[in-house]
Amino acid sequence: MSNHLLSLLIWLPIVGAIPVLLAGSGRPGLARWISLLVAVATFAASLALLPAYDAATGTMQLSESFSWIPSLGINYSLAVDGISVALIILTTFTQILVIVGAWEVIQNKPHQYMAAMLVLEGCMVGVFCATDALLFYVFFEAMLIPMFVIIGIWGGPRRVYATLKFFIYTFFGSIFMLIGLIYLYHKTGGSFALADMAKVHLTLTEQSWLFFAFLLGFAIKVPMVPVHTWLPDAHVEAPTGGSVVLAAVMLKIGGYGFLRFSLPIVPDASEHFAWLIIALSLIAVCYIGYVALVQGDMKKLVAYSSIAHMGFVTLGIFIAFMLVREANNPDAARLGMQGAMVQMISHGFISGAMFSCIGVLYDRLHSRQIKDYGGVINVMPIFAPFYVLFAMANSGLPGTSGFVGEFMVILAAFSANPWIALFAAFTLIIGAAYTLWMVKRVLWGEITNPHVKELTDVNGREIFMLSAFAAGVLVFGIWPEPLVHLMDASVARLVEQLAITKV
Amino acid sequence: MPGINDILILLPEAYLTVAACVLLMLDAFLKPGQKGAVHWLSVLVLLVGAYLVVSGQPDSSVTAFSGMFVRDGVAEVLKVFSLLLMAVIFIYARPYLKERAIPFGEFYTLSIFATIGIMFLVAAGSLVTVYLGLELLTLSSYALVALNRDSRLSSEAAIKYFVLGALASGMLLYGMSMVYGATHTLDLHGIHAAIVGAEWHTLLLFGLVFMIVGIGFKLGAAPFHMWIPDVYQGSPTAVTIFIGSAQKLAAFGMAYRLLSTGMGDIAGGTTGLAPQWQLMVAVLAVLSLAIGNFVALVQTNLKRLLAYSTISHMGYLLVGLVNAGPEGYSASMFYAVSYALTSAAAFGMILVLSRAGFECEEIDDLKGLNQRSPWFAFMMLLVMFSLAGVPPLFGFFGKLLVLKAAMDAGYLWLAVAGAVAAIIGLYYYLRVVKVMYFDAPVEGTDVRATSDVASRWVLSLNAIALLVLGFTWSPLFAWCQRAFGV
Repeated sequence: MSNHLLSLLIWLPIVGAIPVLLAGSGRPGLARWISLLVAVATFAASLALLPAYDAATGTMQLSESFSWIPSLGINYSLAVDGISVALIILTTFTQILVIVGAWEVIQNKPHQYMAAMLVLEGCMVGVFCATDALLFYVFFEAMLIPMFVIIGIWGGPRRVYATLKFFIYTFFGSIFMLIGLIYLYHKTGGSFALADMAKVHLTLTEQSWLFFAFLLGFAIKVPMVPVHTWLPDAHVEAPTGGSVVLAAVMLKIGGYGFLRFSLPIVPDASEHFAWLIIALSLIAVCYIGYVALVQGDMKKLVAYSSIAHMGFVTLGIFIAFMLVREANNPDAARLGMQGAMVQMISHGFISGAMFSCIGVLYDRLHSRQIKDYGGVINVMPIFAPFYVLFAMANSGLPGTSGFVGEFMVILAAFSANPWIALFAAFTLIIGAAYTLWMVKRVLWGEITNPHVKELTDVNGREIFMLSAFAAGVLVFGIWPEPLVHLMDASVARLVEQLAITKV
Repeated sequence: MPGINDILILLPEAYLTVAACVLLMLDAFLKPGQKGAVHWLSVLVLLVGAYLVVSGQPDSSVTAFSGMFVRDGVAEVLKVFSLLLMAVIFIYARPYLKERAIPFGEFYTLSIFATIGIMFLVAAGSLVTVYLGLELLTLSSYALVALNRDSRLSSEAAIKYFVLGALASGMLLYGMSMVYGATHTLDLHGIHAAIVGAEWHTLLLFGLVFMIVGIGFKLGAAPFHMWIPDVYQGSPTAVTIFIGSAQKLAAFGMAYRLLSTGMGDIAGGTTGLAPQWQLMVAVLAVLSLAIGNFVALVQTNLKRLLAYSTISHMGYLLVGLVNAGPEGYSASMFYAVSYALTSAAAFGMILVLSRAGFECEEIDDLKGLNQRSPWFAFMMLLVMFSLAGVPPLFGFFGKLLVLKAAMDAGYLWLAVAGAVAAIIGLYYYLRVVKVMYFDAPVEGTDVRATSDVASRWVLSLNAIALLVLGFTWSPLFAWCQRAFGV
């Protein structure tokens, strides 16, 4: 059982989607319950990773491997380290809340929606534990299909445009990554294993080309400026559940890809171009904050704030290079990398929660425009504190998980270059500005729109969903130790790897 | 004097020829009510033929009729898949033909004759056999395209196909005569021996160019693709599916026999004319990828869209061929098989959704299919993503292998061109998924799947196979590799 735990985590939701589909549109209740059961079972199985995984060493563990295409040396090989475990649990946790959140909301073909969500979950877990580059690529691309369908069928008025843009944009990035992977396969003498690719000797020119091939794939996923334009569209048009999964998990795959591909395989090129990534991250952090400030659409605002927060992730990852190779300060580098990881997990909770909140409001008023709201706290007293809590977390208030990661990254940046830290810290102010201003316009004040008067407060199902998110935000904000401990050794190993040059 | 051994080596072809004649007689003497028997007998005949090909397969390559006919692993793979595809096509075609009163028996016998042509073509050991197989195949195809006598489009397509096909055959024959003139032999191995290690004549190069024109036409590679859209659209769909799937296997076989066996390939060093044809094939590949994909973007007719997409897929097949070594050939053959399977499912979908008085040919006809028939919408989704090359579907792995083959040979730019083409191609495949899933059904139209149980089942199996093969393609690829001795 334990030696096939990872396969179970991938295939349980994918296979579980079949009975959900078979339930058909005639029995929506059955489809919902089956999908919830599958999601809960997957979450339970993912919790079994915690005792099974030995966090002290930080190595790749629980590995399984069997030969998939013997003639080409392609293996179905899976393994996890601390970073993967954290992201997998985030994925399975989010998925339950997405299914609960869509319970009564999705009325049109709910069985297809639930099935697509489950397949998506399986593919995302697959990405986080594949140790064979081709297998990684297969999962990386396969998850576009359910997401394409989710946005396209259950999305908003411009859903077709948004979903096509999302699919083609992402596909565009990854296909060049595939060319890079085939090139590496060639260099390793016929192996797609990530471990072999990390060992292979490459000149700086080769590394640079590969670095940009990977960058294209992952920067679009994260998304980084200037290839972020698909994200606001996709978020605005996606149904609530789609937005939650997109923000909470899918964006993390970009950051995860940098860690698994760029850093170990092309370390020198990564160092060489670290300035570029840091510059782009700072632009994301500052400029996108200003863009978020002027949005009139709540979803767009949170989408832009996602880009800004993900900027911290890429900043933390690449600042580590400056610290290890130039300042020779591995401790600070670990802090930065650690911060980036915590930020990934925390952003998963916060963005998922924010989109769920917006979904709750949208289900009632069918508007995402901030101007249509105002004074919501008067009619939704239970909902309001949740909304305020998540908004505070989004602006990085100490005591919420949003603060921990950002603070770690800023500290690390300070050891590398105070100016970078200054710019990065700047975002906390902008972040607070746009988030709190949104809260002010939505929750406080007089009720101006008569429709707001008729709003009903959250029901039990929604309270459960928001409470689960709130628990995640608060627990890791007040006591991030278990999360940090889980990933610490793996991050340390990564940072060690950065110091090794390949040229 | 040919001995009994020669006949035994040709057993599947001989058996099929006899069977086709028997079917022709049967069709002539059966009463109208009993014609259905011809259909099931034909399917059976093809399946038995596939069995004969596999069961009689020698351990190593053997030849018959003093080297005119080769029976090796490559021929085996291509024959087996051609025969199986033809059986599948017959099952798809039956309700279509019945509802449109298209001559029933002729379709089957002509198709089987065309299949025999394919079998000779892919097993050719000499220029004569290549031409013989090709003509048997194309002449049957001309008649098949014109089968729907009452349709103006069908007749027009047949004329276009015939005129251009004759021109291409002429080009091919012209090239062959030059090669014969330069090497004094018709035997492909003999030609190879005459080229490799000797000073070759400029005449050879001219011959090669003309032969490549012929191959390009048969594959439907740009710039010899002009016939494809009109023929695909004008033919009865039951014939289009044959031209779009099984014939592509034949074209690959022909390209391999002429170029690799005849003109030399890269094996350890530069041999023969390989460097010359590699570059020509690379140019054809890039042109096909570009023209096929860009023109497909603006199509509104599903059959035309698939026609242009075929052109781009043939570009990928050529990308693998550029490798000019066993790895490349096996990748290309794998691609041909995967494309033929996917293409059969795509046209099969059109057949299953069409019925008397309603051709499901426009992309808009698929609007809202997910509301009306979620199962078939899902099948079409699988087919489209397989054509687009999105993992985990079968089509992706074919693309992966041909891109890898091109990069192995040092053609990185070609692989990048293939990647860019895949992005462009993605758009129009996604558009088909979009109309099925995201658009509301058009009032007044009624797109329903056919009531013919067999074709519904076979189509479902065909489409699901694309998903299953995405996980289990290893044995098939190993088979392709074995055929080329990798």
